[in-house]
Amino acid sequence: MGISIELEVNGASVSKEVEPRLLLAHLLREELGLTGTKIGCDTSQCGSCTILLDGQAVKSCTVLAVQADGSEVTTIEGLANGDYHPMQQAFWDNHGLQCGFCTPGMIISCVDLLNSNPQPSEDEIRHGLEGNLCRCTGYHNIVRAVQAAAETMNG
Amino acid sequence: MYPSKFDYHRPSSVQEAVQILADNPDAKVLAGGHSLIPVMKLRLAAPAALVDIGRIDALQGISRSNGSLRIGACVTYNEIANSADVQAAAPLLAEAAGQIGDRQVRYRGTIGGNLSHADPASDLPAAALALGATLHVAGSGGSRSVSASDFFVDLMMTALQADEILTEVEIPAAGAGTGSAYVKFEHPASGYALCGAAAVVTRDAGGSCTGASLCFNGVSATAVSAADAASSLVGSDLSDGAIDSALSGMSIPDATGDMFASAGYRQELARALGAQALRTARDRA
Amino acid sequence: MADESNGAGVFGSSIRRREDPELITGQAKYTDDLQLSGMVYCTVLRSDYAHAKINGIDASEAEALDGVIAVYTAKDIEASGVPGGIPVGWLLPDMKIPEHYMLAKDTTRYVGDGVAIVVAEDQYTAHDALDLIYVDYDPRDGVADPKKATEDGAPLVHDEAPNNIAFDWEIGDKEQTDAAFANAAHVASLDIVNNRLIPNAMEPRAALADYNSITGELTLYMTTQNPHIHRLLISLASLGLPEHKIRVIAPEVGGGFGSKIHHYADEAIAAWASMQVGRPVKWTATRTETYLTDAHGRDHVTHGELAMDADGRFIGLRVDTYAAMGAYLSTFAPAVPTYLYGTLMSGEYDLPAIHCHVYGVFTHTVPVDAYRGAGRPEATFVVERLVDEAARVSGIDPAEIRRRNFVSPDAFPYQTQVALEYDSGNYEGALDKALEAIGYDDFRKEQAAARDEGRYLGIGLSTYIEACGLAPSAVVGSLGAQAGQWESAVVRVHATGKVTVYSGCSGHGQGHETTYAQIVASALGVPYDDIDVIEGDSGVMPHGWGTYGSRSAATGGSAIASAAEKVVDKARTIAAHLLEAAEEDLEFEDGNFFVKGSPDQAQSLPDVALQAYLAHNLPKGIEPALEATSFYDPANFVFPFGTHIAVVEVCATTGQVDLKRYLAVDDVGNVINPMIVDGQVHGGIAQGVGQSLYETAVYDDGANLLSGTMLDYAVPKAHFLPSFETDRTVTPCPHNPLGVKGVGEAGTIASPAAVVNAVVDALSPFGVNHIDMPVTSEKVWNAMN
Repeated sequence: MGISIELEVNGASVSKEVEPRLLLAHLLREELGLTGTKIGCDTSQCGSCTILLDGQAVKSCTVLAVQADGSEVTTIEGLANGDYHPMQQAFWDNHGLQCGFCTPGMIISCVDLLNSNPQPSEDEIRHGLEGNLCRCTGYHNIVRAVQAAAETMNG
Repeated sequence: MYPSKFDYHRPSSVQEAVQILADNPDAKVLAGGHSLIPVMKLRLAAPAALVDIGRIDALQGISRSNGSLRIGACVTYNEIANSADVQAAAPLLAEAAGQIGDRQVRYRGTIGGNLSHADPASDLPAAALALGATLHVAGSGGSRSVSASDFFVDLMMTALQADEILTEVEIPAAGAGTGSAYVKFEHPASGYALCGAAAVVTRDAGGSCTGASLCFNGVSATAVSAADAASSLVGSDLSDGAIDSALSGMSIPDATGDMFASAGYRQELARALGAQALRTARDRA
Repeated sequence: MADESNGAGVFGSSIRRREDPELITGQAKYTDDLQLSGMVYCTVLRSDYAHAKINGIDASEAEALDGVIAVYTAKDIEASGVPGGIPVGWLLPDMKIPEHYMLAKDTTRYVGDGVAIVVAEDQYTAHDALDLIYVDYDPRDGVADPKKATEDGAPLVHDEAPNNIAFDWEIGDKEQTDAAFANAAHVASLDIVNNRLIPNAMEPRAALADYNSITGELTLYMTTQNPHIHRLLISLASLGLPEHKIRVIAPEVGGGFGSKIHHYADEAIAAWASMQVGRPVKWTATRTETYLTDAHGRDHVTHGELAMDADGRFIGLRVDTYAAMGAYLSTFAPAVPTYLYGTLMSGEYDLPAIHCHVYGVFTHTVPVDAYRGAGRPEATFVVERLVDEAARVSGIDPAEIRRRNFVSPDAFPYQTQVALEYDSGNYEGALDKALEAIGYDDFRKEQAAARDEGRYLGIGLSTYIEACGLAPSAVVGSLGAQAGQWESAVVRVHATGKVTVYSGCSGHGQGHETTYAQIVASALGVPYDDIDVIEGDSGVMPHGWGTYGSRSAATGGSAIASAAEKVVDKARTIAAHLLEAAEEDLEFEDGNFFVKGSPDQAQSLPDVALQAYLAHNLPKGIEPALEATSFYDPANFVFPFGTHIAVVEVCATTGQVDLKRYLAVDDVGNVINPMIVDGQVHGGIAQGVGQSLYETAVYDDGANLLSGTMLDYAVPKAHFLPSFETDRTVTPCPHNPLGVKGVGEAGTIASPAAVVNAVVDALSPFGVNHIDMPVTSEKVWNAMN
């Protein structure tokens, strides 16, 4: 049974007929070719699949595509207005990534973090990252990156 | 991971949703999906149909009237945590909702989904118990209300019938002299509560305790109330000594253990976190 | 941050990574991101039983499911005539080597053992079909604990290995060590469990296989740290395809930490399935599958003893270890608890007598193999815990007892009693710097004051050494390695002076493209931006051994430096010819050749390159073009070392451990890119802290994996960790051209002992002298009460 859905992905309209069980993460990756969104776990822990759904960071592996019907989706590919979003730039400048697999979800999550708390303390940043796992950096330089991005975006 | 196949229904009213449930005994209700979709992905659940209530207007919104706070079943944790109404009338619920999962989860997970799923390690059940919440339920046979203390039946089992939907949570607004706190010891992997303590105390003008409740997540198969310990505080001055003495003999019935924490250790956590929650609640009263 | 366009001299600068623009924009392609025309999906049905006989498999319902192309079992693989083996690549004397086949033939030996394969048109259907395969299992008892597995009557994993012993190995001198203990004034003694870990690279393993039956060529994109090793093993042992007809490509790879070194069945299964169905086949592990198939790490049960004289000088060390191998011998598994473990038992200390005995033990669990540090974290934990216990027993301060026993800076090269010859070191230098930075003396006062208030602070030292960049090949071969340990590099200067570098290493997050370009920019004097670095494709570069064991700077970087030197030598010959000067009169500076004193009459490297390609005017006997290949075989291991210090506070009411500070002073030799080196240290510490406080793979008595998802297995989150304090001392490696050592594993090797020593220090008022990892709040609470 296919269900018709319409959504806006990175500013472009998308109409699709999907199986009800199709996960939003799979719609983005397999059907729309937006493979910047990663899948790193089965249990909504790792946050690699984080995207913005109507402006809020959500784990796209835990949302059915049909639930996103009528919504606006922003993935890592659509984040920048220009070459790089200030958060992307800050991750690069501060070595906030190593293997890069958690990075798209991490960056999106950090953008959302600053949206809700533009000047977080280090402790607030660390707690704000609890939905995203990184195995490479020990988070040290991710925290630095978020601090730098906060400075840029508030400046 | 990949859920099994199911039929998908997106009713626009509670009545319609309840009817679909009545017609499809193997259907499950989908709200935010943050309890259900993970178990479906692991194929620990494979409902034949999902009834997506996420777009029913009647299940949205937070309101205050006649001394009570009403929260629609599809209100998210994030909305609860940041609602000025909830922070004023039931700050315990806002505090507990703000500690569930992570930011991403809090944008999607709903109070109705949480309470209906009845995971004893989640954060809202004990808060609902401690606040004396009333849960409004709609079914094909009509509507009814269930107190939180009657709602949680057993591990992930509630008083909801198969064709019933939790529609609204009603909480008596906190009166003067009331303070509350939710304190949680989180599991390092899942973020669920190894133990979560929800405390509410009320003091009179002289500082003595006129009412107290203390409930726990994570210790037993359901959220539980430590009613004896709480009632022994009534009349006390809520000093640290009074709190310690009220908790010294506390034992949570049917405490459960697993590979992360034994039942005995969870009892210790309940005493330590209960004391901390009561002290903070007192300081806020 | 340095300016990328700075040109020569970028060795040593914290230049931003060139890898990052693709990664931060989501453009980089990992294996599972790739799509090929006609691609289908494969899934593997895995045993739910730790140990069972397979009486039969009924796949008819699965085969009938719409969208299913085929279901295969071990019988089908056998019938296809391929060898079907998953071999072990390190042989110890008298080791039992049971058959390991691509799928279980008639017995499953761990939960996760592959039983059947589904190939289907889409991934949802491929997973649906798994539920429709019915296996008739006859369950047997299983055993997961490596010590219990050796007891008489324990269930056998393989009939040919009595008491489940795969090998019985020792190093050092038992008699001499026993004699030392007989004369000891004090003995420190501990029973230690080194907890089993799951690597948890964020990218699950995946493979995309494309077999062309017309040409007989297999292209295999996969999550690998070492494409050539996989090509070799798939050719020789699994599929029998000629090596030159296999091309293994590592696209972007999302972390490995050892787990993507090993040759598993699944990637070979995808390739075999592509040969059967004639279409490209993709296999991608779910996280649960990575927990059930990625080789786990550690899992030792150890008794260790350290003997001292009356002055607290170490006179002997005795260690007995039961090391789990899991159900089969994984690729390099036998090396991990032996030559990467026993050889580290001297630590940073002048230890005159050592004996280490190890049983490698089969258990009904996921195979155990190298995980970040591989043997060296286990050894360091044993040594550094025993040293702290020795301090307690003898009443000597933990910093002082270390200082008293260090190999002194003038004693190098230092021959240990366990085979290694340390080439260089200054252990006291790193210790002093770390103690100063942490404020060790002040801390003891703070600690005493806090105890008076009922607060429990602790400080823990770990003065570690590691041996990485395994080498030389002949020695490693004599110890059982079925692999070389040299590395290859090609430095190709194009006619316009631009440069392409090929390395046989295969990075997966370490920033090789940046650091290797820095090496070459400095060596050739060409702008950094004019240098490209290519890795990870067995079809385009000479054989290499890949990235593991902190070898990519010391061995891979040295290969690049050697190739660059050959290029400069050839260019010098051509430049001398063009300048009509003698070679020995030429200077080479900033990419220009000139006669001493006449820098304005220069031939730049691009000038020379163009002439080398035109070949119109080359000196006699010189071949055209300008490139060089190096196969660099190091003279010895490299030996990074340092001092790590953890400061913790233990909550008196819950037992929760709060890691308040973590300071690392590492000596990794010369540093190519300090920013990247610090990043490696941070990540390594986080994994070691994870082992010490949070992570553990738990099997129940029936050998079922209880921690099977990220809901159960605690990968550290940001708020579990403090910001790290890092510093360095620099003792260059004396035997490689760059003076570099390795840094990938240092943090993971050093940190578990630092954290546990700190917790034990905090709990000293309670008479606690050891707590096993992970140090959970419940264990601490029990220790306090």
